[in-house]
Amino acid sequence: MSVLSSKFPALTMGKISPEKIRDLMLGVIMPMVGLVFFLIFWQVGAQNIKTSLGTFPGPKEVLAQWSNLVDEHKTERKREADFYTHQTTRNAEALAQDPAAEIKVRKFSRHPTFFDKIKTSLITVLCGFFLASIIAIPMGIFIGLNQSLYRAFNPIIQIFKPISPLAWLPLVTLAVSSAYQSESPLFAKSFIISVITVMLCSLWPTMINTAVGVAGVSKDLINVSRVLRLSWFTHVRKIVLPSSIPMMFTGLRLSLGIAWMVLIAAEMLAQNPGLGKFVWDEFQNGSSDSLGRICVAVLTIGIIGFMLDRTLLAVQSWANWDKSAIVR
Amino acid sequence: MSQLHLELSSVGIDFPTPKGPFSALHDVNLKIMQGEFVSLIGHSGCGKSTVLNIVAGLYQATLGGVILNGREVNEPGPERAVVFQNHSLLPWLTAYQNVELGVKPVFKGKKTKAEMREWIEHNLELVHMTHALHKRPDELSGGMKQRVGIARALAMQPEVLLMDEPFGALDALTRAHLQDSLMEIQNTLGNTVIMITHDVDEAVLLSDRIVMMTNGPAATVGEILDVKLARPRNRLALADDTEYNGYRGAVLRFLYEKQKKVEPITVKRTEKPAEQFAVENTSITESKQVA
Ligand SMILES: Nc1ncnc2c1ncn2[C@@H]1O[C@H](COP(=O)(O)OP(=O)(O)OP(=O)(O)O)[C@@H](O)[C@H]1O
Ligand SMILES: [Mg+2]
Repeated sequence: MSVLSSKFPALTMGKISPEKIRDLMLGVIMPMVGLVFFLIFWQVGAQNIKTSLGTFPGPKEVLAQWSNLVDEHKTERKREADFYTHQTTRNAEALAQDPAAEIKVRKFSRHPTFFDKIKTSLITVLCGFFLASIIAIPMGIFIGLNQSLYRAFNPIIQIFKPISPLAWLPLVTLAVSSAYQSESPLFAKSFIISVITVMLCSLWPTMINTAVGVAGVSKDLINVSRVLRLSWFTHVRKIVLPSSIPMMFTGLRLSLGIAWMVLIAAEMLAQNPGLGKFVWDEFQNGSSDSLGRICVAVLTIGIIGFMLDRTLLAVQSWANWDKSAIVR
Repeated sequence: MSQLHLELSSVGIDFPTPKGPFSALHDVNLKIMQGEFVSLIGHSGCGKSTVLNIVAGLYQATLGGVILNGREVNEPGPERAVVFQNHSLLPWLTAYQNVELGVKPVFKGKKTKAEMREWIEHNLELVHMTHALHKRPDELSGGMKQRVGIARALAMQPEVLLMDEPFGALDALTRAHLQDSLMEIQNTLGNTVIMITHDVDEAVLLSDRIVMMTNGPAATVGEILDVKLARPRNRLALADDTEYNGYRGAVLRFLYEKQKKVEPITVKRTEKPAEQFAVENTSITESKQVA
């Protein structure tokens, strides 16, 4: 304490209480310590792993690859901007020479950069998750409200729940290929396949948890609803939904976590131009940089997964009636 | 009292349990007049809540039935409102919204929006809750929650008010205050009231009649006591009143002599001498006798 207070005069002025310091320790310093240990472990460990593509990349190499990817993104964007300025000046010149000249406006064929791929992945996972949720929540409510329905559906859900995305993919691919044939498709086939696979795998936790939450509405509240003679719709809206929100969000968060994991696998196989494909392409590419770039992708996947979960948590505390409830 | 309002006619109910049907009530008969205040009193677990739930339409009687205004009722209806034992407010709605939830289905199409609001506020005013209209149950004290529960029931403008130990969980002062409010409200509105209570003083103070129930299983009406104290009643004036204390004594005698609660005896024959077993056994049969 005396060392601390000599270093930080604010402490002696009584502005920062010992509890604050403890919070600071636990909240900021301990995570930092963990991170530093991880980096050291990584650096040392990496040097001892020799692969066919050279030694395993340590934190420094990965950081270098990250800035490479950022640079690539910038150059690509610049190329695009240059292409369009070039095109407009050329067209303007052509018109100046001959007003009747035929002008061509072509689109820049964009080569997706790392960041474009992140965006594709996010869009794909959110589409799949959204589709899954709008199916799973109403289904969960119906199943939860009716004991017989619950009994009828439970075995089906339990069987479908553990199916790996890799098992779904061939089926989904074949089904989509035969069903989705159009000359100028609105969506790429690989996108549809990835979305459907994500959906199929992320339906179940939301459905089960919603059903359990709905079935667990307190008997007292159900009696209130009956005595007040609420209509079915009001009953669901005012009694069932608010009391099952915590369970529903538990399910949604599980589902989103699964959706994100499944997406990477689905993209690898379906060749949807997202992070999964990025990892796969780098793996096939096999240059000396590949391992570092894969590591960047792996960390990105982790961080995005974490942020997705936090976002949903924020939505939960917004949707939950009990603002004092601790959600984690 | 004027006219027959509500009748329980040889009501019996069996609950299905893993060990076979459990007969909670048997042959309960009760006639309640328009505007009458009836208390149900009896030991814990004897079946008071079950009686109330049958009248509310939440449970179905296995035998017999409930007749309201000459018609049998089997499900909840707008003419019967319930105040639950544990207030049962919806925790995500404010006091106002909780009352509104009960008001809406009853007055849909009969009152305009403004009238509806006025009516809700009026009912919350009856229970002196206007200062906390927009607070949620977790911001209210136990007594306040109970008052909102009563306002919600009153706002449905019921003919019959069913209350399951409405003041059971409250401290003595709050309870006395709410009892006075209830007497006042019932005096002006003239509802028929059935109230469950554990409190002998509360029963005597509020009721026109006290229905004393025997111990379960197969509980039924033991005695009915007419309380002929003049209204309005004042708790202070009645404290030393001999008539009041006479009623009080009658209820106490029923509960603690005639229906003395005997814990179920599990006699291990090897451990206990035979005579003691015989003695305990007779005490059970005695306690079962209905006065
Ligand atoms: N749904 C049910 N299933 C099985 N048994 C039940 C059910 N509800 C009540 N019982 C039984 O019926 C009996 C009467 O219960 P009830 O709740 O009516 O008692 P009570 O008089 O209201 O008690 P208390 O004063 O403690 O509230 C009890 O023995 C109880 O175990
Ligand atoms: Mg009870």
